[in-house]
Amino acid sequence: MTPRRAGRTSRPSRGLLAGRSFLYALLVVLAIVYIFPFLIQVATSFKTEADAASDPLSLIPATFSTAAFERLFLHSDFPIWFKNSAIVTVFVTAGRVFFNSLAGYALARLNFRGRNVMFAGLIAVMSVPGVVLLIPKFLVINQIGIYDTYAGMIIPLLTDAAGIFIMKNFFESIPASVEEQARIDGAGTFRVFWSVVLPMARPALITIVILSFQGSWNELSHFIVSTQSPDLVTLTKGVASLASGQLSQGTQYPIKLAAAAIMTVPVAVMFFIFQRQIMNASDGAVKE
Amino acid sequence: MTTTTRRPSRSGLRGGEALSGYLFTAPMVILLGLFLVVPVLMALWVSFSDWTGRGSPLSGNVNFVGLKNYSALLTGGGLAEQDFGTALKNNAWYVVLVVPLQTALALFLAVLVNRQILKGRGFFRTAFYFPSVTSSVAITVLWLFLFNSTGAVNKLLSYLGVKGPNWFNDPDGIIHNFLGLFGVKSGPSALTNSTALGVSWWDWLGGPSVAMFAFVLLAVFTTSGTFMLLFIAGLQNLGGDVTEAAMMDGANGWQRFWQVTLPQLRPTLFTVLTLGLIGCWQVFDQIYTGTKGAPGKTTLTPAFLSYQSAFNNQEWGQGAAIAFLLFIIIVLFTLLQRWILAERKVSKRRMRGYEVPPKDGDPDGPKDDGPEGPDDWKDGNGPLKVATGIAASQIISKNQGGSI
Repeated sequence: MTPRRAGRTSRPSRGLLAGRSFLYALLVVLAIVYIFPFLIQVATSFKTEADAASDPLSLIPATFSTAAFERLFLHSDFPIWFKNSAIVTVFVTAGRVFFNSLAGYALARLNFRGRNVMFAGLIAVMSVPGVVLLIPKFLVINQIGIYDTYAGMIIPLLTDAAGIFIMKNFFESIPASVEEQARIDGAGTFRVFWSVVLPMARPALITIVILSFQGSWNELSHFIVSTQSPDLVTLTKGVASLASGQLSQGTQYPIKLAAAAIMTVPVAVMFFIFQRQIMNASDGAVKE
Repeated sequence: MTTTTRRPSRSGLRGGEALSGYLFTAPMVILLGLFLVVPVLMALWVSFSDWTGRGSPLSGNVNFVGLKNYSALLTGGGLAEQDFGTALKNNAWYVVLVVPLQTALALFLAVLVNRQILKGRGFFRTAFYFPSVTSSVAITVLWLFLFNSTGAVNKLLSYLGVKGPNWFNDPDGIIHNFLGLFGVKSGPSALTNSTALGVSWWDWLGGPSVAMFAFVLLAVFTTSGTFMLLFIAGLQNLGGDVTEAAMMDGANGWQRFWQVTLPQLRPTLFTVLTLGLIGCWQVFDQIYTGTKGAPGKTTLTPAFLSYQSAFNNQEWGQGAAIAFLLFIIIVLFTLLQRWILAERKVSKRRMRGYEVPPKDGDPDGPKDDGPEGPDDWKDGNGPLKVATGIAASQIISKNQGGSI
């Protein structure tokens, strides 16, 4: 929170009050526009198919039905998809936290020949559009024999340039004096990194956790090109196949929307837990 | 270098430090090298070869065919060229609409939400940002439902007395539709008879199809929140004194925004436009989930076409060539935009008091401005850097699969 500015203390005049009401009205309307689609999504997943088609706007199901959820959990591969997404997300998040902070620390603090070249390479790598990588990633994954395995799904995602960049920036912003102290006490580089620097980097690490979790949970194209077996389908891939009408005839909107709603829950939970971190990057970054 | 990392490094610390530097960066170098640098080189080879997807592209029976794959797309005169032209046209209209809309909306939301006196700021921010955290697949499924012919959107429109289109099944260009209101059903022969990339000029100028327009709305809905955060961080970086000075000089709110706030936001604006542009040229997930290019190829995008050519039609060389052409397009557009928005000396001088470095944290080549003091977080670039980083990697990971 930034401090209140001076000159903003007197009681609002009538004109100001009108302006302010208008502002609130505008914000509320906008907020409704942004939230309403998600309310419709949840409501529709508890509707029957006929109800979903005839009354798409209502937020209260005419006949409350959990058929869509039963169908998903008991008579489809949905649980497998969920499990796969969870496995990939856990490994990728753990990997990125560790590898990104290691590399970020080295680039920010350690002197070694080639550091600047590495950093320039990192920036270059960041600017390669992902779409260009669809085909080539498949080629390499296929070539080294990890196509259609968990390894092929996880290993290529274990580090990311943007995350390294965030960590590097953070490490540069904390004073070096603490590390010096530890070094004088005789701690080695890894020891300093592990026990002194990482605990200080909590805000940045949380940022990496959020981004990795979101990134891998919501990832689609990488799994399209790295797997084909039905046992390795993730939520994104599975729900995308639902969307093109895989389960059966009819529109099946309640089922599709239920699937989409369930896959939104984990990222939404993450988001609400770390909300302050995301919303006020400035708050989280300052060590109290 | 025989020192181990466990040894205290007091004076001649270069040796041990260098070794740990290499060890610390090894995972990054190996992973990014293996899954990013090597693939790009391999794909570059494939785009000049006749590989059919069988065996390894590096084996002996794969031949170098020169620019054949590229010329088929650019001057072939066949279906490949027409599809590529169509995909470019669709995506170009998408960029033309999405980038300005999402930027303007994000800035508007940021200015509204950034007021100190506003109660419930947190709630509003959350509401606007929430669509950005959902997966592109989930949100596309929701969109397919909202925009189906008897869906929620058309129901709302019917309350207003408007008969909504059959969104995702309507291949008509919206500019053609608009002209149709005035009885213009077909273009002048000058436009209909001459073509570029196998698509007639009349079609180039037809606007995005109604189906594509639904995707435009989807993009604006899901990205405005992320960019709003960036603008908020940028706004919070501005010192209040200039604004207050402007108030003293009698500038009204409108003038203050256009002549005081906006010029100072230039670096943030630059970042948002760049990220938006890079993201918009790579529409893939939504198309794969939603329409697969239908209706009438009007939602085909180069990214999806590249995937389709390679994985469905086994035209690997052409798929890779499309990817590289797209890469070139993105680079050119980014450079063009850099040139248009280039910092002018005057504004630089004006900005100096604020210490917002130009092009901060922008993935296209952020300047490494050396180690910063610890106080940097409190009064300068910290928040902006983190927020930019978050937004950048969100946008990138939405489009890149985060494996950058």
